[in-house]
Amino acid sequence: MTQAPVMTASHLARHYAVGGGLFSKPQTLRAVQDVDFELYAGKTLAVVGESGCGKSTLARMVTMIEEPTSGTLTLDGQAVTPDQWASVRQSVQIVFQDPYGSLNPRQRIGQILMEPLVINRPDLSKAEKEDRARQMLNMVGLRPEHFDRYPHMFSGGQRQRIAIARALMLDPKVLVLDEPVSALDLSIQSSVLNLLTDLQERLGLAYLFISHDLSVVRHVADDVIVMYLGRAVEKGPKEAVFDNPSHPYTKALLSATPIADPEHHKERIKLTGELPSPLNVPPGCAFAPRCWLATDKCRAERPDLTSGPHQAACFYV
Amino acid sequence: MTEMSNTPSRPSALREFWYYFRENRGAVMGLWVFGAFLIVAAFAPFIAPHDPTMQYREHILQPPFWQEGGSWTFPLGTDPLGRDMLSRLIVGARFSFFVGIVVVSIASVGGIVIGVLAGFAPRWLDTIIMRLMDIILAFPSLLLALVLVAVLGPSLTNAMIAIAIVLQPHYVRLTRASVMSERQKDYVTSARVAGAGLMRLMFITVLPNCLAPIIVQAALSFSTAILDAAALGFLGMGAQPPTPEWGTMLAEAREFILRAWWVVTFPGVAILITVLAINLMGDGLRDALDPKLKRS
Amino acid sequence: MSLLRIRNLSVEFSTSTGMFRAVDSVDQDVASGEILAIVGESGSGKSVSMLALMGLLPWTAKVTADELSFNGHDLLTMNAKDRRKIIGKDLAMIFQEPMSSLNPCFTVGWQIKEALRKHLGMGRAERHKRAIELFEQVGIPAPEKRLSSFPHQLSGGMNQRVMIAMAIACKPKLLIADEPTTALDVTIQAQILDLLTSLREESGMGLVLITHDMGVVAETAHRVSVQYAGQKIEERPVRDLFRAPHHPYSDALLRALPERATEKRLPTIPGVVPGQFDRPAGCLFSPRCQFANDHCRSVPPAPLGADLGYARCHYPLNTDQRIAS
Repeated sequence: MTQAPVMTASHLARHYAVGGGLFSKPQTLRAVQDVDFELYAGKTLAVVGESGCGKSTLARMVTMIEEPTSGTLTLDGQAVTPDQWASVRQSVQIVFQDPYGSLNPRQRIGQILMEPLVINRPDLSKAEKEDRARQMLNMVGLRPEHFDRYPHMFSGGQRQRIAIARALMLDPKVLVLDEPVSALDLSIQSSVLNLLTDLQERLGLAYLFISHDLSVVRHVADDVIVMYLGRAVEKGPKEAVFDNPSHPYTKALLSATPIADPEHHKERIKLTGELPSPLNVPPGCAFAPRCWLATDKCRAERPDLTSGPHQAACFYV
Repeated sequence: MTEMSNTPSRPSALREFWYYFRENRGAVMGLWVFGAFLIVAAFAPFIAPHDPTMQYREHILQPPFWQEGGSWTFPLGTDPLGRDMLSRLIVGARFSFFVGIVVVSIASVGGIVIGVLAGFAPRWLDTIIMRLMDIILAFPSLLLALVLVAVLGPSLTNAMIAIAIVLQPHYVRLTRASVMSERQKDYVTSARVAGAGLMRLMFITVLPNCLAPIIVQAALSFSTAILDAAALGFLGMGAQPPTPEWGTMLAEAREFILRAWWVVTFPGVAILITVLAINLMGDGLRDALDPKLKRS
Repeated sequence: MSLLRIRNLSVEFSTSTGMFRAVDSVDQDVASGEILAIVGESGSGKSVSMLALMGLLPWTAKVTADELSFNGHDLLTMNAKDRRKIIGKDLAMIFQEPMSSLNPCFTVGWQIKEALRKHLGMGRAERHKRAIELFEQVGIPAPEKRLSSFPHQLSGGMNQRVMIAMAIACKPKLLIADEPTTALDVTIQAQILDLLTSLREESGMGLVLITHDMGVVAETAHRVSVQYAGQKIEERPVRDLFRAPHHPYSDALLRALPERATEKRLPTIPGVVPGQFDRPAGCLFSPRCQFANDHCRSVPPAPLGADLGYARCHYPLNTDQRIAS
């Protein structure tokens, strides 16, 4: 890759203090630890994992909703610190999972689309703002008469298009997609995915695509990070991760994902046990308690990611 | 239930509101009575047959028209000073309505602003505000209003201020609660990512979505305000004679309870009907506006 | 004889703007020991028909059917008291949200024992023993300890296991699972699906799996019924359906799966599911169907024969693949 990354994250971590009532000490919840990645223009990096693996926290840090506890985030080669958030924020926008909660029910579509401009581009005239909003509406495949309607008049798929349109109003370089299609019906999901593909090609956007649905990730991603309990356990180009998974957790995840082909027979890896509480991450490899290959070494020592393009955090790769 | 997709002919929010409101018969009746009350209050000087402060000395304590000694000149009789009861009640509606409007406006505006602030404030400020509100709520409300009026001096204006202060914590709590729940939603985060400042978030993004329960509360506290104003008037701490305020009228007529029933009954009935109508209407509003109570 | 037999079931809801038909003349049979999957998008009425069967719909719903029989009992004419005796005992249901299906105020042990007491009238010690047995059967580790846990102390997967344990407590003849794994993670989903299929093998109960996930259908079901806008539009054995769907909607749905995609752009289905106010006159899928003509738009198609999977279509696809019958 000769291209310079649009965004680089190194050793990103976010800890929360949890509990801590009158009589108890707050515990530290390590939601995300030590995550590195690079985003390139026109490329999609997918973050995969089950609930509680820290993928949404990662999204919130990248969009500067939350400050990383440690680690750095650079955008176009410049380090992003909280005092620059206001100016940098325009370059990183987000689309949320739930299309019903992400649009203000009291605003018309036009207002929703123009709001980012009203806040960030006060120099534009009202007509210019409206013009841009209408163009964007057209770009995401909605009709001009939708401009004056309220969100409740739209279906889930259309709302998600509106949310995408709003995210693009400020010409961002990075778009964080937090489970953008998991709340949508299958027939709608495919058209939203197509829209995202088109927009990426046209605008050269870098996507950080967060999802738990491996079949969607396999379709859209260029690179994949698999996360487990706040850490990346495997990382690499899509083909490598999907066709040749090296971390046992990735293998289990892939084998657990149902395949829509009744004639396809596979031996499912049966994981026993459940995700440990993130408050109480086991020492050593976090996956060791559920892993069928775990040895004493796994339980005592934490493996680091190997180096190279296809990395995995396991002693027995 | 079954999710309905968008259609051009989807009913407007207003029609849907009316559908749910209409289901509650009492609420519709309350609405009619409240409407009548509103018209009476608005056009009081034109409707009232007499000047409410005019004393007809030759007609002192005349009974209503259907009783012996009553006449159509004074359909609901006269009070101990010979003033026409009907006219006084009609003009009194004006005062009650005025009290309701002013008190609800002061209490809700103040309560909403403090509530939104508390909802967005850091934890320590939130705690201070909420404990202060708890302290106000811990006093019996009428007692607190009495103390406030005693400090400010008895008059209708001061009574209104006192009642507004007493009612305000309800709005603060309600607003804060709905702000806290709305704040979690994704559209607020989206606005933040778009760069919205705190003020914009508070009053443009979040507040309009919290209004439904506040409107219901406003309707219900309208009646509380009327009731409290009447109570203060009855205790001599509200409107002062000769103002034809319903509570004050009751107080003035206290000693004639046994001799002339109509002087106490009619103001009492007027208060009862108005408060009941507003409460019924408020229930209907809640059914229609509160999504949690909506039937599937 | 089939365990469950539904003929011409319709459910209408009265809304602020008139009647909304959520389920439209659906026929369905389930045999003992069979896994039937009901697939459809939101608004297809897939859950509503089963809720109607259980008598769990709100009062605004009007249920009509020619026949609604379960295990020889006619559910249509049965009174509420007799119906309650069957439901929960021979006919059990589990829901999507395990957290909200359990009462947070009581321990899971109390809740499962309550079900045992109501339906089987067991003694206290017997109930306790049976509860532990059931927890072991659904794979809950340390069942003795878990009985005294509250729902919020358990994970989503564990709560779903508790729900399943409660549902199978009285050895039902038919278990209806309404999106049982949608709220769960993939690795947990795999565990729960394995559990459900193995329970069916052991007890021979029928299983109705309501879902929108084609992957789950392909890996679990024997027979699939595809629903669209309240109608059953196709019903086939699972392999046949995935190999050669007859109805254009089933075909489009399968093509839209990202994992079946051959290129970067996915095939899509234009438009949305018709709602209350824009129900087309003819075939309900005609506004979105690439094969639709004027005939489709004006005349609603009747279900075809069993050899064409009862497809509601004038021009079924893949007719050369019809099953010889």
